Amino acid sequence: MVIPWFALGYTESMSTPRFVVTSDPLALGPLVEVVARPDGGARRPGAVATFLGLVRDENLGRRVTHLVYEAHAPLAVKAFERIEAEIRVRWPAARLALHHRMGRLEAGEASVAIAAASPHRAEAFAACRYAIERVKQIAPIWKHEFFEGGDEWIEGATADPEDEAARAEAMRKACA
Amino acid sequence: MRVTIRLFARLRELAGAEELAREAAAGATVGDVWNALAAEFPALAPYGRAVSAAVNDDYAPRRRPIEDGDEVAFLPPVSGGRR
Repeated sequence: MVIPWFALGYTESMSTPRFVVTSDPLALGPLVEVVARPDGGARRPGAVATFLGLVRDENLGRRVTHLVYEAHAPLAVKAFERIEAEIRVRWPAARLALHHRMGRLEAGEASVAIAAASPHRAEAFAACRYAIERVKQIAPIWKHEFFEGGDEWIEGATADPEDEAARAEAMRKACA
Repeated sequence: MRVTIRLFARLRELAGAEELAREAAAGATVGDVWNALAAEFPALAPYGRAVSAAVNDDYAPRRRPIEDGDEVAFLPPVSGGRR
């Protein structure tokens, strides 16, 4: 389905919004395009690293049939914006795009798509890894797993966005 | 005063409602709203401190005072990643 740009409420251009929670299928192409574009006088990036998270067909030894994702959408988008702000503290020239899927997803479908641009590849890879680690920690997004024989809400632990230890752990993984 | 409570994921299922309108006393905090909710729906009580809260689409601590018309969301722990 083609949605005219004016129906999406864009005022500046037809570009993809960088931080989105959506029930539509995800694609990396538009994210790469939007972060690779020169941004208001910034230098053109020399590298874009991407991550696509897919629904696995197995978890904890169970055969997964499908997942249903639920989010507090406005808070999730704010979490994504916060993650980019954290990235820019460490890598000021980095730029992030992050889309997360909602609703029912079958095995093999993409649940999260991330593109991170920066002048050089090392920072792009690190920023991309940092982003997915922080999404797992602080984004208000829940996964309801349906498997052969039952279903379960997957609950771990939410990190306080201000928790320095959690942030440091994500940074350690990003720079490993 | 009137508050709108929003529940997500397993909290929503346990309470059987995604949105509730409730009265709160003047000066009530986010924590007071949670305690009243956990008393009304005992199945929610075991979550205790594991639940995060947001007021009007911003994360809020338990001690935050609420105002008439606020929307208070309670959020169970996120999935996180095992690896």
